[in-house]
Amino acid sequence: MTGTATPRSEGAIADFGIDTTAQSTREAVRDYAARLRGGDLGSLPAVLGLAALVVVFWVLSDGFLTLDNTANLLAQGAGKMIIAMGLVFVLLLGEIDLSAGTASGVCAAVMAMHYVRSGNLLGGMGNTVFYVFVGGLLIAALLAVLMRIWAGSVLALVAVGIALSGAAPNPWLEMLLAVCVGAAIGVITGFLVSKIGMPSFVVTLALFITWQGVILQFIGDGGVFGIGTQPVLFAVANGNMSVAGSWVLCGVAVGGYALVVLGEHLSRLNRGLVTAPTPIVVAKIIAVAVVAVPATYALNLNRSSNDFVVIQGVPYVVPVVLVLLVAGTYALNRTRYGRHIYAVGGNAEAARRAGINVSRIRASVFVVASSTAALGAIVYSSKVGSVDPQAGGLNTLLFAVGAAVIGGTSLFGGRGEVFHAVVGGLVLAVVENGLGLLKQPAAVVNIITGLVLLLAATVDALSRRRAAVSR
Amino acid sequence: MSEPILELTGLNKSFGPVHVLHDVDFTVRAGEVTALVGDNGAGKSTLVKCVAGIHPMDSGAVHFNGERVSISGPRDAADLGIEVVYQDLALADNLDIVQNMFLGRERGSGWLLDEAAMEQAARETLASLSVRTVKSVRTPVSALSGGQRQTVAIAKSVLWESKVVLLDEPTAALGVAQTRQVLDLVRRLAEQGLGVVLISHNMADVFSVADRIATLYLGRMVADVSTRDVTHAQVVELITAGRSGDLGLARPENATV
Repeated sequence: MTGTATPRSEGAIADFGIDTTAQSTREAVRDYAARLRGGDLGSLPAVLGLAALVVVFWVLSDGFLTLDNTANLLAQGAGKMIIAMGLVFVLLLGEIDLSAGTASGVCAAVMAMHYVRSGNLLGGMGNTVFYVFVGGLLIAALLAVLMRIWAGSVLALVAVGIALSGAAPNPWLEMLLAVCVGAAIGVITGFLVSKIGMPSFVVTLALFITWQGVILQFIGDGGVFGIGTQPVLFAVANGNMSVAGSWVLCGVAVGGYALVVLGEHLSRLNRGLVTAPTPIVVAKIIAVAVVAVPATYALNLNRSSNDFVVIQGVPYVVPVVLVLLVAGTYALNRTRYGRHIYAVGGNAEAARRAGINVSRIRASVFVVASSTAALGAIVYSSKVGSVDPQAGGLNTLLFAVGAAVIGGTSLFGGRGEVFHAVVGGLVLAVVENGLGLLKQPAAVVNIITGLVLLLAATVDALSRRRAAVSR
Repeated sequence: MSEPILELTGLNKSFGPVHVLHDVDFTVRAGEVTALVGDNGAGKSTLVKCVAGIHPMDSGAVHFNGERVSISGPRDAADLGIEVVYQDLALADNLDIVQNMFLGRERGSGWLLDEAAMEQAARETLASLSVRTVKSVRTPVSALSGGQRQTVAIAKSVLWESKVVLLDEPTAALGVAQTRQVLDLVRRLAEQGLGVVLISHNMADVFSVADRIATLYLGRMVADVSTRDVTHAQVVELITAGRSGDLGLARPENATV
C-alpha cells in the first residue's frame, strides 16, 4: 500500500508535505490505538460491554442464550432502541428531548384509537378534544411552514386528513397516522426550542407531563386499547419473516454492506483519496458476515417449545431496525443535512457564520426524534398488544437516552451515530432480560441498569476530558 | 492606485445605547493589503462583522465593484466573494479539515455529498499554500495545533473564488515561524489580485505587509493613509490619541462612544 495520486494532481500532492492518502494495516491499527488513547472511544466500550454481558448471563442462566429468548429479547428491546435512534439526532446538537417517550405514547394512543373506534376519532375523543387535536395539528403544520420544515408540515396535514376523513381502519394507515402525529409533536417542540429560545430541557420536561395527560385523556382512566386482534399491528413485533425471506434479508444486508463499503473503498483508492487499508475494509465486511449468517441460521431454526407450533424466521423488528439504521446513517454521514447537524453540534457559531440556518436545523431534529419515537411506539405497543395510559411513560424515555449514551453518543453534542443507539439498546435489553431470567426483583434490575448508564456517562465525560487535554 | 473593490460609506452601528461605529468610511482595493488598526473596543471586529453580514448595519452604503449592494446575511457576503477569517477561527472541532473547509457550501447534490471532489479540492488548495504540517486532510480539527487551525481557516477562505478576504488578528496566537508563514500567505493573496484586510495589533506585522493603514479611534475612522507616508510612531499616536500632527480627528478629546 503506497500513496498513489491521480495523475492530474500529482505535483500538488507531492507539495503537500507529509500528507498520506493510504496507510499500511499496521499504521492504521496504531492510529486507531492512538485515537482510543486520545479519548475517541466511539462504540467500543459498549460493544465490549455487550459481549461481556452476554457471556455473564450465558454462564449464569440456562435460559438466556436460547433461541426463543434471543428472539424475544430483540423484540423487547426494539421499541426503545428505535426511540433512541431518533434521539441521537437531538443529542448530536447537545439538546435533550425528555418528551420523546410520552410523545410516542400519544402517537400509540391515537393509532390504537383509530383501530378500536373503527376510524372514528371524533367519537373516540369527544367533540371538544377532537377539535383541539385537529387545531393542534393545523398549528403544527403552520409552524412547520414558518420554519420551512416542509416534511413536518406535510406530515401534520396528512394527520389532519386522516382524522377528518374518518377513514376505515387499516393497519398501514394507522401506522402512518402515528408517525404523522409524531412529526406534528416534534414541530411544536422544535418551534418552542429554536424559535422561542427556551432550553430544550424545560420545554420537553413540560411537554413530557403534558403528553402524559393527553394520553390519559385519549384512553381514559384505567382504560386500555387492545390492538392485538389486528393481525398486522400485532405482527410488527411478534411476527417473523419466512425462512426464505430471512435468508434474502441476510443476503441483502451483508451483500449491500459489502457492495457499498468495498465500492467506495475502491473508488477512493483509484482517485488517490484518504482511505483505510484494504485488509481492514475486508475484515469489517467479514465481521459483518460472521455475525449475520449464523444469526440468520439460528433464528431460522424452530424455536417453539410446543411440538404443534412452528416458530422460525427472523423477527420483523430486525429489518425495521436495520432499515432505520441505514437511513439514519445515510442521512447523518452522506447528506448536507447530516453534515450541518454535526457542524451545529460541534460549533453552532461556526455553523451560523457558514450560512447554515441553525434554528431550522435545531427545530428539525426534534421532528426527526418525535417521528422516529412514533415508530418505536408502534413496535412496543405491538409487543404487548395494547396501549394503556402508561404507554411511553415510566422510564421509556430514560432507557432510550441511556441506550444512545451507552452506545457512545455524547450528551455534550457533536459526537454520535445512529449505530450507537442500536448497540446501547442491545446492552440495556440484555441487562433487563438477563436479570429477569435470573429472577431478580425489579429493585435489582433498576439499580443495575442505572449503574450501567452511570458507567457509560462516566466513560463519555472522561474520554471527553482526555480529548481536551491531549489537544 | 486601483479602483476600490469594496467601499463602505457612512456606516453606523449601535448595540442598544452603545454607538460603536460613527459614520465610518472604509475602502478596500484589489491587490492591496489594507491594515485595519485601532485600540481594543475601537470597533475593528464590529466593522468586519458588518461587512460579513453577521451584524446588520444601522445605516450606510456598501459598493462592491462600483455597484451598490446590500449585505443582509453571511450568505450575501459569501456570494459577493467576501470571506472572513475570524479571530476564533469558527471551525467545528468534531469535523475534519475537508468538512470544515466546505462547511455550508458542500459539493454534491442535496441527497448525496460529493466527498471525493471536496477532498481533492481541499488538498489542492492546501498544497498551493504549501502547507506541510498536516498529516491528512481527514484529520479532525480537534487534533490540530493553533497554527494548523489558522492555516485551515485561511485555506477555507481562499478555497472559494473570493475577491476580498478579511483576516481578524490571524497572527495573535502564533509563534515566530508560523507568523511569518501566515504573513507571506497574506502577501500572496494580495499578489493574486484579492483585496485583503488585515486586522492586527502588531505594528511590525502591519508595516511588513500592509500597503495602506486605516485607523479606527472610538468607532471613528481617523486616518486612511499609505504605509509609506507614515511612521510607526505616528500610527501608534493615531491609535491611542486619535490624532497625529495633521492626521486624525480635529478634536479627538470631544469624541465619545
